[in-house]
Amino acid sequence: MDLAAQTLQFLFSGITNGAIYGLIALGFTIIYNATEVINFAQGELVMLGGMIMIALSRGTNLPIPVGFVLSVAAVSFIGALFERFTIRPLRNPTQIGIIIITIGVSILLKGIAMFVWGKETLSSRPFSHMAPIHVGSATLDPQSLWILGITFGILLLLQLFYQKTITGKAMRACAFNKKAAGLVGIPTQKMVLLSFVLSAALGAAAGVAITPITMCSYDMGTLLGLKGFCAVVLGGLGSTMGSVVGGFILGIVESLGAGLISSGLRDAIAFILLLAMLFVRPQGIFGIKEVKKI
Amino acid sequence: MRNKENTIIALLTCLIFLGLTCLPGIPVFAAEPYKIGCIFSVTGPASFLGDPEKKSAIMLAEQINQKGGINGHPIKLVIYDTEGDPTKAVLNINKLIFHDKVLAIIGPSRTPTTLAVIPIVQRAQIPLISCAAGIKITQPVKKWVFKTPQTDAMAVAKLYSYMKEKNIKKIAILTVANAFGESGKEQLLKQAPGFGIEVVAKETFGPKDTDMTPQLTKIRATPAQAVVCWGTNPGPAVVAKNMKQLDMKIPLFQSHGVASPKFIELAGKAANGIILPTGKILVAKDIPDSDPQKPVLLKYIKDYESRYKSHVSGFGGYAYDGLNLLMMAMQKAGADKAKIRDELEKIKGYKGVSGIFNFSPSDHNGLTMDAFVLVKIVDGKWQIIK
Repeated sequence: MDLAAQTLQFLFSGITNGAIYGLIALGFTIIYNATEVINFAQGELVMLGGMIMIALSRGTNLPIPVGFVLSVAAVSFIGALFERFTIRPLRNPTQIGIIIITIGVSILLKGIAMFVWGKETLSSRPFSHMAPIHVGSATLDPQSLWILGITFGILLLLQLFYQKTITGKAMRACAFNKKAAGLVGIPTQKMVLLSFVLSAALGAAAGVAITPITMCSYDMGTLLGLKGFCAVVLGGLGSTMGSVVGGFILGIVESLGAGLISSGLRDAIAFILLLAMLFVRPQGIFGIKEVKKI
Repeated sequence: MRNKENTIIALLTCLIFLGLTCLPGIPVFAAEPYKIGCIFSVTGPASFLGDPEKKSAIMLAEQINQKGGINGHPIKLVIYDTEGDPTKAVLNINKLIFHDKVLAIIGPSRTPTTLAVIPIVQRAQIPLISCAAGIKITQPVKKWVFKTPQTDAMAVAKLYSYMKEKNIKKIAILTVANAFGESGKEQLLKQAPGFGIEVVAKETFGPKDTDMTPQLTKIRATPAQAVVCWGTNPGPAVVAKNMKQLDMKIPLFQSHGVASPKFIELAGKAANGIILPTGKILVAKDIPDSDPQKPVLLKYIKDYESRYKSHVSGFGGYAYDGLNLLMMAMQKAGADKAKIRDELEKIKGYKGVSGIFNFSPSDHNGLTMDAFVLVKIVDGKWQIIK
């Protein structure tokens, strides 16, 4: 096989991983857009989505769409509890305080998952039973297409939500200036709750979609969260489009690096890219340079 | 007259004592118990090794004591947990040697913990039978250190001899980037020339990686006739799935690191056709009756499963063999540590769970590649191929 065909295969693999990172990055973006904090439990929400799907479909012949909806609903509910019981009771919410709480929640969720599902890795069925699709001499897994479809579907819906609906606009206003948003009559607490529910739902959808490829273990969330965070920073904090683009860039660079340079360098490449971006353009590709007056 | 009465009373007492000692199931020991130290990773990340080892050792000790112990001496196990941590292993080894004053030690369960305690047992001159697989434990030979598990070198030799027979001359290796994978890689590269095999690609993957298609794509571009993957779950299952995704037709060989039903569960249909070396315990019921290990294996499995009501794993056998070997040595040597060591070294032809042991001054592991069998996964079941 020549280099061009090989590169095509690396690209396919990179696009699949990129879509996964992009989906997780979108979850970060939603909460960031409502609260200006990074939710470090995002990776754990993805893990929960996958785990609940596996638990539901184990031994039963539950249709995949039903399982999908149930897992997303269950994790959304967990997202709501998360906000209601750990974020809202804060009397003086500072950004750093909330970030530390999310780290705490991520450890808690990981611990609970370890007790409930054990330390072993679990796997789930693919959405459709099909042979790999041949494109030239490269092959593509049908599950990759599902992941790509879900990523783009969610991206489209989110763009519509933020640009066209009053709730979406209200949510962005909250992040921009919470006090001012409250003064013009936006129920800011509800907006924050909604953002946690939305991002939990999104994380769950990502989890359900990716477990047939990546499999699922209680500690998978940490690395996924980290990669998703990389994607967010690459794309620009707060930009939905940027998150997905950042995810794809990260996935493709990783895969090309692992394939063409060395497989041992895979994770290092992602973080070198992140550092380079922070030096050259700290606001990310789609980010707007923040100007603060002191 | 008086004298006669005394004699009768004395005789009666003797008889009563004799009767007591002969009561079935309740042995009464006149002699001091022999203390044996056990040190396993009962909890922590390597608990899948330490837990069955501890259970097997306890079970065997009970059986030995029911049969009257070693030359009338019951054995008493002193068991400590390393949590898989070398620091804790060192602390507990010192406790066993200087506080509990044990005669010999079985364990630790992992290679890093074993390597950490070797200098201590060498200095204290106490026999140790490790339950860890690393080849560095017994090569070069250390005077006081033995081990029971098979090594990577034997698994590699078993695989390579099969490939040589099937005329596979060019292979690609894909190893996990941790101690298990590194040790496997070292052996795969070292032994290849001896079997006329050329390694045309060597790739690695991280223990938590979820996509190995870039590495496999690279391998696909080479003239490799087979892929050898060396790792522990879940990575090798991903490799199996990815090879199906890439529609690669060349055979996939795996290591004994995934010889458990968990691998078949994770890899699903992609597991079919994979060939791997494994200890005989996985396929105990299917090995031919002519195999001298078969009765030992079946007895161990039956005892373990009826005693603990859970499935037997391949790892408990390491401690079971260790304690059995020690018992054989102690029957001849008694409570003398140096003599126990000497007798251990002389053991030949002991049929154990992990293989047939033939110790010698130059081999403190005592196994050959015949301790492994090759199995092929067919329709989600193990099938012996040789």
